[in-house]
Parts: sequence; C-alpha cells; structure tokens
Amino acid sequence: MRHIISILLENEAGALSRVAGLFSARGYNIETLTVAPTEDSSLSRLTIVTSGSDEVIEQITKQLNKLIDVIKVVDLSEAAHIERELMLIKVRATGKDREEMKRMAEIFRGRIIDVTDSTYVIELTGSGPKLDAFIQAIDAGLILETVRTGVSGIGSGDRILKV
Amino acid sequence: MMTGAEIVIRCLQEEKVDYVFGYPGGAVLHIYDELFKQDKVKHVLVRHEQAAVHAADGLARSTHKVGVALVTSGPGATNAVTGIATAYMDSIPMVIISGQVPSYYIGQDAFQECDTVGITRPCVKHNFLIKDVRDIAMTMKKAFYIANTGRPGPVVVDIPKDITAAKCKFDYPNDVHMRSYNPVVKGHLGQIKKAVQLLLGARRPMIYTGGGVILSNADKLLTKLTRRLGFPITNTLMGLGAYPATDPQFLGMPGMHGTLEANMAMQHCDVLLAIGARFDDRVIGNPENFASLPRKIIHVDIDPSSISKRVRVDVPIVGNVPDVLAEMIKLIEAEQGKTEIGDWWKEIEGWRSRQCMNYKLKNDVIMPQYVIEKLYEITGGNAIITSDVGQHQMWAAQYYKFDQPRRWLNSGGLGTMGVGLPYAMGAALANPDLQIVCVTGEGSIQMCIQELSTAKQFRLPIKIINLNNRYLGMVRQWQEMFHGSRYSESYMDSLPDFVKLAEAYGHVGIRVERPEEVEGALKKAFIEHKDELVFLDILTDREANVFPMVAAGKGLADMILAEDL
Repeated sequence: MRHIISILLENEAGALSRVAGLFSARGYNIETLTVAPTEDSSLSRLTIVTSGSDEVIEQITKQLNKLIDVIKVVDLSEAAHIERELMLIKVRATGKDREEMKRMAEIFRGRIIDVTDSTYVIELTGSGPKLDAFIQAIDAGLILETVRTGVSGIGSGDRILKV
Repeated sequence: MMTGAEIVIRCLQEEKVDYVFGYPGGAVLHIYDELFKQDKVKHVLVRHEQAAVHAADGLARSTHKVGVALVTSGPGATNAVTGIATAYMDSIPMVIISGQVPSYYIGQDAFQECDTVGITRPCVKHNFLIKDVRDIAMTMKKAFYIANTGRPGPVVVDIPKDITAAKCKFDYPNDVHMRSYNPVVKGHLGQIKKAVQLLLGARRPMIYTGGGVILSNADKLLTKLTRRLGFPITNTLMGLGAYPATDPQFLGMPGMHGTLEANMAMQHCDVLLAIGARFDDRVIGNPENFASLPRKIIHVDIDPSSISKRVRVDVPIVGNVPDVLAEMIKLIEAEQGKTEIGDWWKEIEGWRSRQCMNYKLKNDVIMPQYVIEKLYEITGGNAIITSDVGQHQMWAAQYYKFDQPRRWLNSGGLGTMGVGLPYAMGAALANPDLQIVCVTGEGSIQMCIQELSTAKQFRLPIKIINLNNRYLGMVRQWQEMFHGSRYSESYMDSLPDFVKLAEAYGHVGIRVERPEEVEGALKKAFIEHKDELVFLDILTDREANVFPMVAAGKGLADMILAEDL
C-alpha cells in the first residue's frame, strides 16, 4: 500500500540524512521525498511517499519518531488529505505535435511556461498519479526531460500538523 | 571566560564522571591539556580506541552510570566505531567525545579528517557536531540526557579543534528541554489493567525478560512481581541476573542455547509477559513458528518500536519498566487469591527433569563447562563476569548462576569479539570491591590483547579465564553441524604462549592442562594472586559443543539436546 508520511523535524544540518539513512538502513523504500523549511525557520516539513504492509508502515512511523530530530510524524494517507506534486516536462513540439501538445496540456490543466521553435516546457501540478497519467497520455518519444518535485501533502480541514 | 576544552572537562565534572577512557591525538590536544590540569576526572589511557569505548561501556554496564570515552579525529573515531555499535545494540548509555579537524578545514580532506557524525549516524542514539564554543555546554548536557533517558544508547559529540581553543563564558544548564525528545515514563493504566487481568486468568503463564530490566534497575520489582504471581520466568542473555538464577521459579536462559524448560515454556504458554526484551532472533528463533501459536502476549518496553517489530503482541505497554511493574504489583496485590497453575508447573518439571545442561566429564581432558562450574563455586557466585563472544560466552551464561544484576557483561546484540578484557577493565575501576573475571577464548582475547598493558598500568586485578580449545569454537561447531565438518579457517594455529605473554606484560600466567588442576589453579589465581591480574590459559576439550541448541531459522521447540547425539 502507498502511504504519504509527513514529518516535522528540526531544521538542522544532518537531520535529513538521519531520515534518509533510516530508510536505507532498515530496507524501507522511498518513492519520493520532499523537504523545505516551514513558516517557522527552525522547523522543516518533510513528506515521504513509501509503500509497505501495515506492519512495515507501523515500524516506519515508530522508527521515525525515535529519531531525536523528529518532532512529529503523521501518516497522511490514514485520513482525508490533499496531495500535490509539481512537474516540469520538456517536450518536443514541432509540426502537428505542437498543437496536440498544447491541447494535452490544457486537458490536464498544465501551463506552457517556456516556448521555443521546437520545444515546450509544461508545468503541471496535481497528485502523483495525475502526473503519471499525463506522462502516459503523451507520446513517450516526444519527452525530452522530466523534473518532478515529489509529493507534498497536507491533511484536510482540522487535521493540522504543528508543534 | 573559558576555552572550549576547559568547558568540556567542566561539563564532565558537572556530570560527576569519574573515569574517561581515551587516547590522545592532534585534534584533542587542548582537551588533554585541560585534563592534565585537574584531578576530578580520571583518565584511563587504553592501547587502542576500540578498547576505550568498550571499557567505558563495561563501566556503564556494571554500574548505572554513563560511560565516557574520548578519542581523536580520523582513525581515533573510526577505531571507536565498533565500540559504539556494540553499545548501541545493547542500549548502553554512553557519551563518546571525538576530536575533529578545525572547523575551517572540514570537507577539505585534512590530515586525520573523517566524517565522524556521518560514519557513526546509524549506530548512535544521536550525535552532534559542535560548531560554536557557546554550544558546548548545552550540547554536553543534551548528550548525557539523551544517553541516559528513554531507551539508553551511545551519543557522539564531535568537536573541531578550533572550537576547543575558542573562549566563552561557562554556564552549565540545570536541565534540558527538547521539543523533539520526550521519552514516555508511565505506562497506560488501562493497558496495565488489561495485562493484569490476563495474567491472573492465565493457566500456563510465562515471564520473559531482557536487558531492559537490568538497564532500568527493575530487578527487585521484577522479583517481587514474579514471586507474588508464582509464575515461571526466564531471563535472556542480556537479562541474566534480573531474577535470581538459583531460585526454583527460574527456568534458565531461553533461545538458541537456552534450556529445554525455558524454551518449551516460552513456546507452550498461554500468556507470555515480555518485559524489556525484544524477541530477538537468537531468543525466539523463527518468528513464524513463534507467533503462530494461540496465546496472548503482553509486552512492556520503553521503546515503542520494539513492540510488534518481530512478533505481534496483544497488550502493548509503552513505559519505563520499573514504573509499569510497580503499577502491576499494586493492582495484583489488591486481588484476592492466587492463580492455579499447578498442572503447568508439573509439565515444566517434566521438561526440567530432562536435565538438559548435563554434560559428560572426561578424565584426561578439561571440559569447559566444568571450568565455569568451578569458577562459580570459587567466586561464590558473586563475581562480575565479562565475556567475549563464542562458545565460552554461552557456557559462562549457562553455567554461572547470576543472582544479581549487572554481574554479567557481554556483547549480546552486536556479538563483538574482543569486548571481554576492556569490559573487565571498566568494571574493575568502577567496582574495586568485587572480583572481576573475564571468561574468554584464545580467538577473542587476541582481539584486544593489547589492553593487558592498560590493566598493568592501572593495577587491575582481573582474572582472565581463557578457555583455549585451539579453534574458533562456535564457528567450528556450526561447520561441524551445518557444513560437513569442513573446518574452513576456524582453527587457531601459531598461538602465542599465553603464559609468557601475560608475564611479558608484567602479569601472572598459569597454564592448566588437566582436569584435576583446575580447582587448584583457580584458587591460586583468586587467593594467592588476589591483587594481580592472572591469565589462566586453560586447555579445554577441543571439540566440545554448546548444547542445547536451536538451529538458526528453526522454532524454539526444535531443540537439539546433548543427549540426542
């Protein structure tokens, strides 16, 4: 099962490597990982997408909580939440592909943010699966470069992760 | 104003540290200079940094103080890693101070530079790299606090040389608050009540305890609870001494080399109370075979990640063991009557009557088990026994009956050969009134043999019992049983003359070759040479094996007994 785990941690040197090191040392997998400081610059918010059985996810959250730099851990996917990921994708856009690519971007509510004679850069935001779907939908031979930020997530409504 | 180095030493004084085990070098010269100028914190100069950490660890295990080691940057720190990992696996409270190259050199591949914080990260409870002299006091306070609270563990404090020379005002904080670290103490009362109900309703109960009971000094409460309930109990390798081994309710050690009665009771109980233990593979065997049985498991542990890690438990109780046990005792004492478990005890006595620890004595060869039994007699069961890793470790655990906690020091988790002698050094310094014995083998002892020199310098009257079978015995045993007796690299050739070696270091060496000499040699060591280090090189049966045994990957009931062979 895919899980989105959200972590508040001390914004200190090495804190990120403690989290990443824990995943590699214990054989847990990381599908995506994003991290940035919050409005309180002493705190970082980290989102990890991982997968595993219920037992594995339980161990992951317990082991994360054990790290001294980790303040709070929540499995966002346990309840209502919103996830978003940003993708920048550079595609070949010549001839009839030029119009087709523009149409696909519109269908997926993407924006073309860089245009040359032969390429577009499309900016697309959405859940991880939505970005996957876009990649599936366009001609693979036209993709020149893909950059994805990894998933960020936040709980719905009153679900608030704060110190 | 004080220098960083002076602040480091003042912090150690504030933490009431008696001994620091260490080895000087470039990056820690300022700290050593400050050590020189005072006499409250005594420094023990080891001969290899690995032994510094092990000795500090031995001190911590034998008391309940935080062990402290001091090493230089680069190789000093990397040599310390085995010691740190050993302490980490057994949850031993330690603070390891490592020097680092000056902060403005970090990252430039400077002389004796290594990324100590990076290298030690997976084997510490936490670590710090200090970047400002003003952070030293608070960091040291946090290091001791983290090491010795919650589930204990080693903490590394890495200090660049320029920081130890910089100056600031010294102000040692009285307490420490960390928003990201608040270990639980009290257990959940509802869960404890549920556990007590299960225990009182049990027909085939079993108590299984590990190192957590020793580390949290909960032995007396455990004994009280166990006696009140009248239940059978087993202590793991790390937990020996938590409950008196000579008491009839004690079934011996469980696990790979546990007793038949302990393993069968673990396997066939209907309610299992696990306390400060972690269902390790060497203790429960294959979790598939363990977890599939219909029974209720109650697990008390301060570390939530230990609970339901290998075996799913029914009643998890996260809390400090003594607090939880006190609460349990209170609830149980309020109950009337006693649980009726007479039939269960009859079954246990049936297993016990198989006398799985029996072994055959030989006329012409010394049996290693016999040496441990004699050692037990001559020390009155009161010595602190340290061991290395291998067959001798198992025999010591099986045949020396520990009635008290903190008398049995060994590397259970990491299984580090070479810990025995440095553990004995740490224990000897911290417990000058107790007899200190290192039970070892000719393989293990050579992994930290250089410490005979340290032991001489500090006049530590350790008795080394070298069960010398000229084999890496445990490796040989597995090769015999599982690899067609192909003894690949498990023999010990070109051994030193240990008697001469001991003498060369200024100690007493005695060789023992015949069974009838054992008792006399032990007496000579413990009485005649009471105040000296004595190295007893005891030539034992070459091919004696450790039994009972549960092969790796098997279930606990799948035991190989000596009598089956």
